[in-house]
Amino acid sequence: MNFTLRVWRQKNGNDSGKFVTYQIQNISADTSFLEMLDILNEELIAKGEEPVAFDHDCREGICGSCSLYINGRPHGPKQLVTTCQTYMRSFGEGETITIEPWRAKPFKVLKDLIVDRSALDRIIQAGGYISVNSGSAPEANSIAIPKPIAEASMDAAACIGCGACVAACKNASAMLFVAAKVSHLGLLPQGQPEAKERVVSMIAQMDAEGFGSCTNTYACEAECPKGISVTNIARLNREFISANLFS
Amino acid sequence: MLDSKCPSGDIKNRWSDHKTNLKLVNPANKRKHTIIVVGTGLAGASAAASLGELGYNVLNFCFQDSARRAHSIAAQGGINAAKNYKNDGDSIYRLFYDTVKGGDYRARESNVYRLAELSVNIIDQSVATGVPFAREYGGYLDNRSFGGAQVSRTFYARGQTGQQLLLGAYSSLMRQVNEGTVKMYERYEMLDLVMVNGYARGIIARNLVTGAIEKFAGDAVVLGTGGYGNVYFLSTNAMGSNVTAAWRAHKRGAYFGNPCYVQIHPTCIPVSGEHQSKLTLMSESLRNDGRVWVPKKAGDKRHPSQIPENERDYYLEERYPSFGNLVPRDVASRAAKKVCDEGRGVGASGLAVYLDFGAAINRLGKEKIKEKYGNLFDMYEEITNENPYELPMRIYPAVHYTMGGLWVDYNLMSNVPGLFVLGEANFSDHGANRLGASALMQGLADGYFVIPYTMGGYIGGTKLEKVDTNHPAFEEAVKSVKDGITKLLNNGGTKSVDYYHKKLGKIMWDYVGMSRNEEGLKKAIAEIKELREDYHKNVRVLGEGEEVNQSLEKAGRVADFLELGELMARDALNRRESCGGHFREESQTEDNEAKRDDENFSYVAAWEFKGLDSEPVMHKEELAFEYVHPSQRSYK
Ligand SMILES: Cc1cc2nc3c(=O)[nH]c(=O)nc-3n(C[C@H](O)[C@H](O)[C@H](O)COP(=O)(O)OP(=O)(O)OC[C@H]3O[C@@H](n4cnc5c(N)ncnc54)[C@H](O)[C@@H]3O)c2cc1C
Ligand code: FES
Repeated sequence: MNFTLRVWRQKNGNDSGKFVTYQIQNISADTSFLEMLDILNEELIAKGEEPVAFDHDCREGICGSCSLYINGRPHGPKQLVTTCQTYMRSFGEGETITIEPWRAKPFKVLKDLIVDRSALDRIIQAGGYISVNSGSAPEANSIAIPKPIAEASMDAAACIGCGACVAACKNASAMLFVAAKVSHLGLLPQGQPEAKERVVSMIAQMDAEGFGSCTNTYACEAECPKGISVTNIARLNREFISANLFS
Repeated sequence: MLDSKCPSGDIKNRWSDHKTNLKLVNPANKRKHTIIVVGTGLAGASAAASLGELGYNVLNFCFQDSARRAHSIAAQGGINAAKNYKNDGDSIYRLFYDTVKGGDYRARESNVYRLAELSVNIIDQSVATGVPFAREYGGYLDNRSFGGAQVSRTFYARGQTGQQLLLGAYSSLMRQVNEGTVKMYERYEMLDLVMVNGYARGIIARNLVTGAIEKFAGDAVVLGTGGYGNVYFLSTNAMGSNVTAAWRAHKRGAYFGNPCYVQIHPTCIPVSGEHQSKLTLMSESLRNDGRVWVPKKAGDKRHPSQIPENERDYYLEERYPSFGNLVPRDVASRAAKKVCDEGRGVGASGLAVYLDFGAAINRLGKEKIKEKYGNLFDMYEEITNENPYELPMRIYPAVHYTMGGLWVDYNLMSNVPGLFVLGEANFSDHGANRLGASALMQGLADGYFVIPYTMGGYIGGTKLEKVDTNHPAFEEAVKSVKDGITKLLNNGGTKSVDYYHKKLGKIMWDYVGMSRNEEGLKKAIAEIKELREDYHKNVRVLGEGEEVNQSLEKAGRVADFLELGELMARDALNRRESCGGHFREESQTEDNEAKRDDENFSYVAAWEFKGLDSEPVMHKEELAFEYVHPSQRSYK
């Protein structure tokens, strides 16, 4: 298959950046999107041009590193997959593919397609944990957790922290990311004692980082590669309201 | 002869006795001690969090943009623990026994016993941090079976066990960052270990955003930097996994233990084309319900549905009736290679075998299979464009895990005082073959429960001089790192880093892969040397040092792989026996099973670096088996 690629090139955080167009030929339909970029990069190196920088690591859809905005959609055309799990068979022969970094105020571009997502870590630092020291845990089976609760917690815990929800949102809100963590921990009995404090601190940090507010457009759910549901946001809102009522 | 510092006495009491004898550090003094932890995988994150909780001043590094993205995140299948919740006869002793036997009697008994003992605490700790393990309808924890065991002791969180365990450790780590005990350095790569008067006292790291070469001093350095499977180019490891931190420490004096012990995992998606950048694992848990087979006749190219039952060879069930499809990984991988070598492999390349769920779907129903393995089936379909509910999966072995690593004693300290090594980066607990679901267990045991004690023993029991980054040793290390980088950037060659990495991978796979012999290994040593020389003449690294430069990062890692590969081949050449993942063709039984040579090789080979132009020197640690007596491993 042959493609025209419009790739965002930006030397560093201070550079203004621009699109550069490349032609790429003879790509098999079973090549993954990132392998297609590997091929492009090998061709660039052979020509003495600097390769395109992009974040990636596991290439299995689990580490959350890859983060490309492809033809106006985070992680490209297919639903429920990450960029690294996207294959060229999802594109048409001769198609022009536009590749950009995540665009959101709190995610500064560091180079080409790489952005700084450390704000997400700082939100977790604000309260996305259960305070238990190593060695002080009780026997694991001392609390039974109903299977549906454990499953719902796991559904939320599946978030890979890639930031696609932020990139998809017109307000650059991180609400789905925060809500997934609030649900994951808050649904479990172990996470209950700190539930109220957790939601308040995490929301405060999200605001401090400059993420926008949630206006319920649900673009985040539509683009989440792990199918994290917006019902988590409703749960967060309930938790947040009750935390403020009783504090 | 190396001293493992293992305690003696009844194995059941060794760890508790040892803990009692370790020196303690006054709680008020702990914050005056800086501990550098490199790595945020299960080992690094759990260590950094636990040391922070104790009050040490911890600096924690990773090369990814977030601690949560360490390669541990990708582990799928599960984690072992001797809880015996299934009432099926499990015990600490049995997990210990299975692990020593599974490792083909090349692991240290004291370490393995401690690991089995701590396994139960890991599950408690993880549940407390919020890991949503799978549960049964009654609300209690569920288990599944993994290879090399006849009990069901594997805990799991769907097909994302590593993710959930890592997020547990990561959240504890983030809590310590919030408390101010741990300072994070993401997008930093350690490029050298700093030695002061024989002690590990710091590291040199490159800020991967600004390119700055920075110095960090501490009282001890802990490496939890993962395995080196990417020396083969294609492996199931994440793209960034590398040996650089461990290798540079090796070049500063740390011994490398058993580098030739590599695990080739039997169930991976076969290679499809030359542009493939990595291989994808299909979790071993699939062997609970999937049956492995190939056609009985060589060259049988019929569609699998056209091949009747009596013309299929369920070769694992046939050859190993008591373990069947759940034999350990080394055995399953070699068996797959054997049937493919006989011309009975399937798929276009002939380098694959079937993993068939037809019988399980008939027995349990599609829904049940979906519930158990849904995400793995989806992943398979995504990659191959084939539906595994209808067609058997095609699988083939791939490089997956490295049992070798930096040599450590019972305290997880290397031969270099003050340098500790945890998780996959050390050589310690799995002998010559790791059993499934045991790496997660080891990483967390090391970080949550071993290092918090042994670090205290070291800090409390050692007179450490005051050292800061103005010490000349730091300057010398910075200079050596900078020289290396300048050399790569100004090399002006013509070939890309990947070109060399692929070539190295091919040499490693052909000669230091699933099956090894003297002639091949000698050839590998010569070819790697040649390739390395060519690399330093002709590699081309574009861009600048003072900003994000992924080619430069890769170039440094591949330079180290080109040195490690040779050591692996040397180690494999020295070990003229077959054991676990190391199969020497010269040493096999009549029915082609691996044949150990306990009389001559019951030792750990720990290699000392002597410069690239000199041969490395081998130090031995003799292995003693007081509890599990070595016998020819049999899974028949
Ligand atoms: C696909 C897959 C599935 C697996 N499934 C299972 C399973 O089901 N059960 C099981 O028990 N095991 C499994 N394993 C094995 C297991 O996941 C690993 O052995 C284990 O997670 C390794 O953990 P670690 O903490 O030692 O290292 P890693 O998780 O690899 O972490 C290494 C860390 O070191 C950092 N680092 C490395 N070098 C540097 C440097 N120079 N400078 C700064 N930082 C550095 C990295 O950034 C990272 O944070 C699986 C492995 C793979 C590949
Ligand atoms: S590279 Fe890990 S999720 Fe895509």
